[in-house]
Amino acid sequence: MTTHHTRRGFRVAGLASASALLLVLAACGTQSADTNSGGGDKASGGFTVPDLPMAESLGENEGSLSVLAWPGYAEDGSTDPSVDWVTPFEQSTGCDVTVKTFATSDEAVQLMKSGQYDVVSASGDASLRLIASGEVEPVNTDLVSNYADVWGFLKDRSWNSVNGHMYGIPHGYGANLLMWRTDIVKPAPTSWGAVFDENSPYAGKITAYDSPIYIADAALYLMKTQPDLGIKDPYALDADQLAAAVDLLKKQKTVIGEYWSDYTKEMGAFKSGDSVLGTSWQIIANLAQGEGTKVDVTLPVEGSTGWSDTWMVSSKTQHRNCAYAWLNHIISPEANDAVAEWFGEAPANAKACDIATKGFCETFHAGDESYANQLYYWNTPVEQCLDGRTDVKCTTYADWTQAWTEIKG
Amino acid sequence: MSKRHPRLRPQWMSLSVLLGPPMLWLGVAYLGALATLFITAFWSVETLSGTILRVWNLDNFRTLFTTEVYRTITVRTLLIAASVTVLDAVLAFPIAFYMAKIASPRAQKLLVIAVLTPLWASYLVKAYAWRAMFSASGPIAWIADPFGLSSPGYGLPATVITLAYLWLPYMILPMYAGLERLPDSLLEASADLGAGAGHTLRRVVLPVLFPAAVAGSIFTFSLTLGDYIAVKIVGGTTQMLGNLVYDTFLTANNMPFAAAVSLIPVAVMLVYLLAVRRTGALENL
Repeated sequence: MTTHHTRRGFRVAGLASASALLLVLAACGTQSADTNSGGGDKASGGFTVPDLPMAESLGENEGSLSVLAWPGYAEDGSTDPSVDWVTPFEQSTGCDVTVKTFATSDEAVQLMKSGQYDVVSASGDASLRLIASGEVEPVNTDLVSNYADVWGFLKDRSWNSVNGHMYGIPHGYGANLLMWRTDIVKPAPTSWGAVFDENSPYAGKITAYDSPIYIADAALYLMKTQPDLGIKDPYALDADQLAAAVDLLKKQKTVIGEYWSDYTKEMGAFKSGDSVLGTSWQIIANLAQGEGTKVDVTLPVEGSTGWSDTWMVSSKTQHRNCAYAWLNHIISPEANDAVAEWFGEAPANAKACDIATKGFCETFHAGDESYANQLYYWNTPVEQCLDGRTDVKCTTYADWTQAWTEIKG
Repeated sequence: MSKRHPRLRPQWMSLSVLLGPPMLWLGVAYLGALATLFITAFWSVETLSGTILRVWNLDNFRTLFTTEVYRTITVRTLLIAASVTVLDAVLAFPIAFYMAKIASPRAQKLLVIAVLTPLWASYLVKAYAWRAMFSASGPIAWIADPFGLSSPGYGLPATVITLAYLWLPYMILPMYAGLERLPDSLLEASADLGAGAGHTLRRVVLPVLFPAAVAGSIFTFSLTLGDYIAVKIVGGTTQMLGNLVYDTFLTANNMPFAAAVSLIPVAVMLVYLLAVRRTGALENL
């Protein structure tokens, strides 16, 4: 009797949970695909921009601010006591800052989706994705007094504005550089060919950036060395051009020791000699040299990919006033100069060069529009070719991510 | 009813109070998460914004089964998991046998503690320790150098060795428990009846050891199938299924496809567990 009851009990419970699961399944059933049809307009890149309002006026600061930044962009003195532009901000605005850093643009996009961060330093390969998904809102540049001093050629660009609306404040720009161990790699490399050489004497000790956006580095090299492919913009690749870049990167994989995305891991690998040659940033070279690692960096003859970063405001922020205060602070001449010199990039504010270390702005060609045009800033590949071609569809970032998985094999 | 079974009601109530919360946990948090994963795999994503489109389709599975690179990565991951399991079984047997049959009771306790100690240390610290070991200027290179050899560097061998190190205790403990249940008298009887060491091992020890080893392999195999951190630290350019899930989710922002990929290890483990059930190893866990 008892066993019978228990068994039946189990059966009833099983039936109940099965029907509950069915209910859940039905509840999350098929939903119409055109969820974005209400509101928003079409951008030139061929994607729909959510219709979000921008701040009209500012009020009292909320007392706290959560910052999502590239390493080195929001320093509070904990890395180096003399490198601190967060504390002065906290003192003058009363906004307590918490900083979270990220290693790749993809990570930044993912973290912004959590809605926990008020402002983000977005590179061009993240900014359009953030705008398209409605994670960031348009910025009212009239409320950022230092915006007037930002170089004109950084404003209203394809990676920081849509349909004439600025979605952030330009912060600084720079180039991805070629780094090598000066005591091992001789003679000093001058071309990206050094990392694309299948017969490199440094095979197994070459490193590359672990992100689909690195495909643009290969595309840039092909653009300079194989003009027949007709690549005009490394972020606007049709299917054939992408295939050529993927081919080059698959060959490169045979000489790669490991890919890096965590900059501390790259520093460690160069220090131990596990990597001796590969793509890098100025700040990594600075920090590695500070640790006594014998490394040097150069801008190769082909030019380079690079970044032009934008501070953006989350559409879910509860600290909008502190966020605008941060935008204004980070491009103030003092802070903008401090970040630029620490990170190793050209500042966005022209007045930062007035107070910068002598020769700094010349080294980084700050404000030199023709030099800046030589760099191919990270951008988000979209279907409508960024180089203006209309006779062909370009590959999207989704294609690039799948290609990147195939390259790594 | 209640007159004939006066104790049934309170017993039933105390049982449901006792088992209710864990069953709820199992049902909602554990199976619920798996169900969510399963459902998500049939959706798709709007690539630029990462918005999930709740439209039922099989595209993710079509891509997964028709693209060669995913097959390559799956096969590689299974081979790594199998190698780690075999390596762990080979290393664990002598240790477990010594612990269970030869060591004094005092040494036995100390050995159990010694085997468990590495589990207290952080996974990351241990993985980075192996990164230092395999470095071009690390201890392995230093030892190999006089023999004209060099460190294997970061790659597949380093991944297998590191994972085998990480999961070794999970193989030793079930083997030790299994061998402890083997009475010494059986070994003596086998010897008395004229069986050599090899014969005793094959006919007396192995039948007891096998289910224990299979129980241990469930841990080493499944933990390796899901790993993506160790391979990132010591694996060089190697990609495993875990990396694929991580990259698909983080880089491509494609949750549905990541869910589809993560069903591969789930399916493999289900098949494995069904096969294991026949060996009786599940009673050894």
